[in-house]
Amino acid sequence: MARKDRMSGNEAVSYAIRQINPDVMPAFPITPSTEIPQMVSSYIANGEVDTEFIPVESEHSAMSAAIGSEAAGARTLTATSSAGLALMWEELLLAASNRMPITLALVNRTLSGPININCDHSDGMGARDTGWIQIYAENNQEAYDNFIQAYPIAENAKVHLPIMICQDGFITSHAVENIELLEDEEVKNFVGEYEPEEFLLNPGKPIAVGPYSVTNYAMEAKKNQEIALENSKEVILQVAKEFEKISGRSYGLFEEYKTEDADYIMLLIGSAAGTAKQAVDDLRAQGKKAGVIKLRVFRPFPANELAQALKNAKAVAIMDRTESYNGNGGPLGSEVTAGLFRNKVMVETVNYIYGLAGRDFTVQEVYDIFAELEECMENGKELEQFKYIGLRK
Amino acid sequence: MNNGLEIRWHGRGGQGAKTAALLLADVAFKTGKYVQGFPEYGPERMGAPITAYNRISDEKIRVHSNIYTPGLVVVVDETLLHSVDVTAGLKEEGAIIVNTPKTAEEIKPLLNGYKGKVYTVDARKISVETLGKNFPNSPMLAAAVAVSGIMEKEDFISEMKVSYQHKFAKKPEVIEGNMQALEMTYETLKNVL
Repeated sequence: MARKDRMSGNEAVSYAIRQINPDVMPAFPITPSTEIPQMVSSYIANGEVDTEFIPVESEHSAMSAAIGSEAAGARTLTATSSAGLALMWEELLLAASNRMPITLALVNRTLSGPININCDHSDGMGARDTGWIQIYAENNQEAYDNFIQAYPIAENAKVHLPIMICQDGFITSHAVENIELLEDEEVKNFVGEYEPEEFLLNPGKPIAVGPYSVTNYAMEAKKNQEIALENSKEVILQVAKEFEKISGRSYGLFEEYKTEDADYIMLLIGSAAGTAKQAVDDLRAQGKKAGVIKLRVFRPFPANELAQALKNAKAVAIMDRTESYNGNGGPLGSEVTAGLFRNKVMVETVNYIYGLAGRDFTVQEVYDIFAELEECMENGKELEQFKYIGLRK
Repeated sequence: MNNGLEIRWHGRGGQGAKTAALLLADVAFKTGKYVQGFPEYGPERMGAPITAYNRISDEKIRVHSNIYTPGLVVVVDETLLHSVDVTAGLKEEGAIIVNTPKTAEEIKPLLNGYKGKVYTVDARKISVETLGKNFPNSPMLAAAVAVSGIMEKEDFISEMKVSYQHKFAKKPEVIEGNMQALEMTYETLKNVL
């Protein structure tokens, strides 16, 4: 039985953690994710969970402790944002290459500088090649649902990889909105007991974790890791199907909103997708064939699936909430266009950079972008392939 | 957003405008509405101008941007009228509520020619009388509910009692004063609504 409630995104993730009752949580606080370890600490103090909380002296230590505890055989999670994730960098790669299914609640915040506490995706996107699965949320409901699905994805024997469950700092993490919560028992049954096949505290089957690998074998280890990430795509979809049975809410690699007959599509990640959907409804009411694709799973990257979903559009706005500083666009723009090319889908694209360091992204800007795409396509004008929206005039 | 109410709160850090917005989301949720309550975060410190927002609707709310054309503006600190354009984008058929001992007529010249409804509430006086301290957010919350009419007074009062019991679980002595502040605010507004 679903229960209707209202809470912020951070509360929603903390509530999921309480329901899951993981074994170990090493964490170091950083805005805007601080509330998560804070709330979990309260659950522990109140005896609602028996999670072992490890207060550490830095995020580097938080991820190190998470790797150690997961290697020992304990279900482990942590939470962080921005510079905290950056400080975990070396450990993120170790967690993935040692095949540790750690869950990380990432509350997206910009990386310095200028120093700023607000949302963009530069932290998560900076870690996009660390080997972690990355799932992004539009709102508190999705942050909650994704967090519950994280465990059966990451711990699946075919996957065994760490997973980041991302939500937009402040916009989602600190906004109180309606939510439907599952019963504790439903979540516990869905997530199940953690029974790793191999772990350090198993005297019957000794293993080594993180040993030196000579050149003769290291490349195979990396290829195996890549296969695991590819495998995760199918597992993500299976888990979503199972989750729909208990929640009634369906999830895929991405959500297609009014794209079936759309001439113009906006592709984006996170909380801005809701704003774009509202704008698309308004444009549809004026007879404009606009649609939205919200990417949920960024790693593994569904390049071929996206290319198929975009192939009938006249033009696509690819929205990046981060700069790549490569002079050529953002990470979503680069990966989507590479996927289009490989699939021989020659649709026009514009890669917009928006919402950096908390810059608001509005319904009006969505109208403006669709108008710009339409104006250029209708009048045979060349589209600028990489540009910013929302800069001060 | 269709059929919804959008509210913008202006206050200063420490006055509880953010808390008021979150409490409003809380009580509106309990009447079966879809709600959003969120602050605009910056380098927050006591006394700095802050903004918080509410969306309240019968339909699911998807927009995640700030509010630029509110139907209601609540100004928790009168001194902001000199430094912040509080009526920016405020709908003419909407309203503004200002915490001040002055009358609406006295405040109007400070509102950049705003032509909609103007209400004033002496939240400091109400708060000092009921709580012994200046916590203007409870009276301003009551005023926002009364002026917007998003729920009946009786529902609001009974839901707020539950919310305060939760919020002030460790300070139960302040619950009664806050409840009185809500009642007194309704009383002072009853002749103008």
